[in-house]
Amino acid sequence: MTRTRGPGGTTIVVEDVHKHYGDLHAVDGVSFTVAEGEFFGILGPNGAGKTTTLEIVEGLRSPDSGTVTLLGEVPWPRNPKLLPRIGVQLQASSFFDKLTAREQLETFASLYGVSKATAAETLELVGLTDKADTRENKLSGGQRQRLSIACALAHDPDVLFLDEPTAALDPQARRNLWDVLRAIQGRGKTIVYTTHYLDEAEILCDRVAIMDKGKILAMDAPATLVRGLDAPTHIVLAHGLVAEDEARGFVGVDDVTDDGVSLTMSTRKPAPVLTVLAERGALDGLQVRTATLEDVFLNLTGREYRA
Amino acid sequence: MTAFRSLSLAMFKGFFRDKAALFFTFVFPLIFLVVFGLLFKDAGTSKIKIAAVGDGPVITALEKSGAVELEHVDSLDAAVAKVKNGDLPAVVAQQGDSVVLRFAASDQAKSGTVLGLVAGVVDQANLAATGQPPKLKLDPARVEDSSLKPIQFLTPGLLSWGLATSAVFGAALTLVNWRKKQVLRRIRLAPVGTPTVLSSRLLVSVGVAVVQAALFVTIASTPLFGLKLSGQWWLGLPMLVLGTLSFFSIGMLVGSFAKTEEAATAFANLLVLPMAFLSGTFFPLDSAPAWLKTVSNVLPLKHLNEGMLNVLVRGKGIDSLLVPGGILIGFTLVVGVIAAKFFRWEDA
Ligand SMILES: Nc1ncnc2c1ncn2[C@@H]1O[C@H](COP(=O)(O)OP(=O)(O)OP(=O)(O)O)[C@@H](O)[C@H]1O
Ligand SMILES: [Mg+2]
Repeated sequence: MTRTRGPGGTTIVVEDVHKHYGDLHAVDGVSFTVAEGEFFGILGPNGAGKTTTLEIVEGLRSPDSGTVTLLGEVPWPRNPKLLPRIGVQLQASSFFDKLTAREQLETFASLYGVSKATAAETLELVGLTDKADTRENKLSGGQRQRLSIACALAHDPDVLFLDEPTAALDPQARRNLWDVLRAIQGRGKTIVYTTHYLDEAEILCDRVAIMDKGKILAMDAPATLVRGLDAPTHIVLAHGLVAEDEARGFVGVDDVTDDGVSLTMSTRKPAPVLTVLAERGALDGLQVRTATLEDVFLNLTGREYRA
Repeated sequence: MTAFRSLSLAMFKGFFRDKAALFFTFVFPLIFLVVFGLLFKDAGTSKIKIAAVGDGPVITALEKSGAVELEHVDSLDAAVAKVKNGDLPAVVAQQGDSVVLRFAASDQAKSGTVLGLVAGVVDQANLAATGQPPKLKLDPARVEDSSLKPIQFLTPGLLSWGLATSAVFGAALTLVNWRKKQVLRRIRLAPVGTPTVLSSRLLVSVGVAVVQAALFVTIASTPLFGLKLSGQWWLGLPMLVLGTLSFFSIGMLVGSFAKTEEAATAFANLLVLPMAFLSGTFFPLDSAPAWLKTVSNVLPLKHLNEGMLNVLVRGKGIDSLLVPGGILIGFTLVVGVIAAKFFRWEDA
C-alpha cells in the first residue's frame, strides 16, 4: 500500500480543537501532532476529554472549531478514504448480539475484506483462541476488551486508536498487550492511545500529552517530563534502622519523615546517602523511588492523580 | 466473505439464537391461527335448524336440499310451542298434500329465509306433480371458490399480520440495539456503505418472512384447519417482499426515535396492533364506519392483506397485485425517506 505522508512524516495534526456539550467545555483548545510510527499517549483523569479528543481525530465527532488532519485527509464528515487505514477500539465495547468471539471478529474483519484465516491469527495474537466459541456476553471484562482490540487490529491499519485498551486487563494480559503493541509499532504503524496508568505510559509511549479539564497541560517524552520536574528522589527504609534525627544529619538529605512503618528521606543527591546507608549495613527493605508521571501530574494540577 | 454476506449472516445467527424472537415470529401467529381457526371452523357451514312434523315429499326434498337442518318433532303442537319459545325459528308439517309452515316473525331474517326456501320446495313439488317440464330454469352457483371456508379468509389476514409484526420489530430492535451497543458507531468507522448495511438487514427480514410464511401456510393447510391454496399461490411471494419492505421502513422509523429496546417495543405495538384491527386482520371491516375504512386505506397491512387474499385464496392473477403492490411501494418510499431523515448513529 502506498503511504500518504503528511508534511514531514506527520500522521496527525490537531489544531486548536474545541468541543462543547452545553456549558461544558469537553475539549478546550487542544493542539498536537503525532509523527508517523510514533506511539502517542493521552493521559488524564476521568472526564478530562481524552475520549472526546480521540473521537474527533477518528472522525466520529465533529469539532466545534479547530482543524484535524489525519493521514493528510480531513476525517469529518465521514471520510471513506481514511476508514480502511485506521483501526479503532472504542472505550465502550461494541459487539453484535449473541455471536461468539470468533464470529464477532470475523464479522468486523469482513467489513474490511479481511479473511477468516487472518481473523483467526488476530484472535491468537490477543490470546483468545481458547475462547473463540464463547459468546461475547459470556467473556470476562478483560477478554471482551482483548476481543475489541482484536477487532481494531485485524485489518492491519496504519494508524491505531485505542481508548483505554489496558483497562480491566490482568497484569499478564497487560504485558502481553504491550508486546503486541510494540510489535505493531515495530512495523512502522502509528499508535494513539489513552490510559490511566502513568507507569504504563512511561514504558510504552514515545510522547505523552497530559490532559485535564479539556486542556493539554504538558506534552513531551515521559522521561523529559519527569526530568523537567526536578523532583527529589525518595529513599525508603524500614522503621528503626536509622533514627529520624540521625537521618537528617546525612549529607544530601533535604527532608525526613517517619510514619512508624518506614522512614522516607528526600534527596537530590542519592549517591552519598546510599553510600552512608551501605556502610552502616542499613539496607533492609530499601526502596529508591524517583519521580514519575504521577509527580508530574501532581505538580501540574496540584492534585493527587486518581484515575 | 463480503461485508454484505457476513453482516447478513451475523444477523441471521443472532435471530435464530434469540428464543424470544423465535417465539414471537413463528409460534405467536400460530397461536392466533389455532384460536381463530377453531373458533370459526364451522361458522361458514352453520345452517338454520327448523322443526319437521310428519313425512312427505316436501319434507324429504327439504332434507335433501341441505339448506336447512331438520329436527323431527312428534306433534305440530309441540313444535309450535318450540317456535313460540324461540328455540327454533319455524316448523314445517306435512300430512298428505297439506303442508303447514309456522314461523316466528320475531326472528325476521331466519323466518324469511325459511319461508322462501319452503315455498320454493313446494313450488317444485307442484311442478313435478303436473309432469310438465319447467319453462324457466334457474342455475344457481356461489361466486367464491367452493372451498371458501373461514380459514381461507383467516390465513392471509393472520399471515400478513405476523409478517408485519416480525418485520417492524426486527428492524426497530436491531437499530436500537446496534445504536445502544455502539455497533452502529463501529460500523460507521468501517469502509462499508449504508446501502450494504441496510440491504443486509432487509435480506434478513425477507428471509425470516419467507420461513414464517412457509411454516404458517403449511400448518394452516393441515386437515385440522383445512386451508386450500389457489393455483397461483406463489404470487404471494412478491407480495411478501413488498409488504416486508413497508413494515421494515416502519421499523426503521420506530428505531430512529426509540432510545431503548423497551421503548421500541412499546412504539411498535402501538403502531402494529391498531393497524391490525383497522386492516381487518381479526374480523372484517364490512360493517365499520366509512371514515374508518378510509383510514385503513393508508395502512400497508390492509393492502398486503388484500393482495395475499387475492392470490392465495381467490385465485386471482398478477394484475390483482398491481394496486396493492403499488401502494406498498409508495408507502415504503414515503416512510423510508422520513426514517432516513430521523436516523441517528448514536444517542445524543
Ligand atoms: N455525548 C456527550 N454529551 C454530553 N457530555 C459529554 C458527552 N460526551 C462526553 N461528555 C462530557 O465531556 C467530558 C469529557 O468526556 P470524555 O469522555 O472525553 O472524558 P475522558 O477523558 O475520556 O474520561 P474517562 O477517563 O472517564 O474515559 C465529560 O465531562 C463528559 O461528561
Ligand atoms: Mg474516555
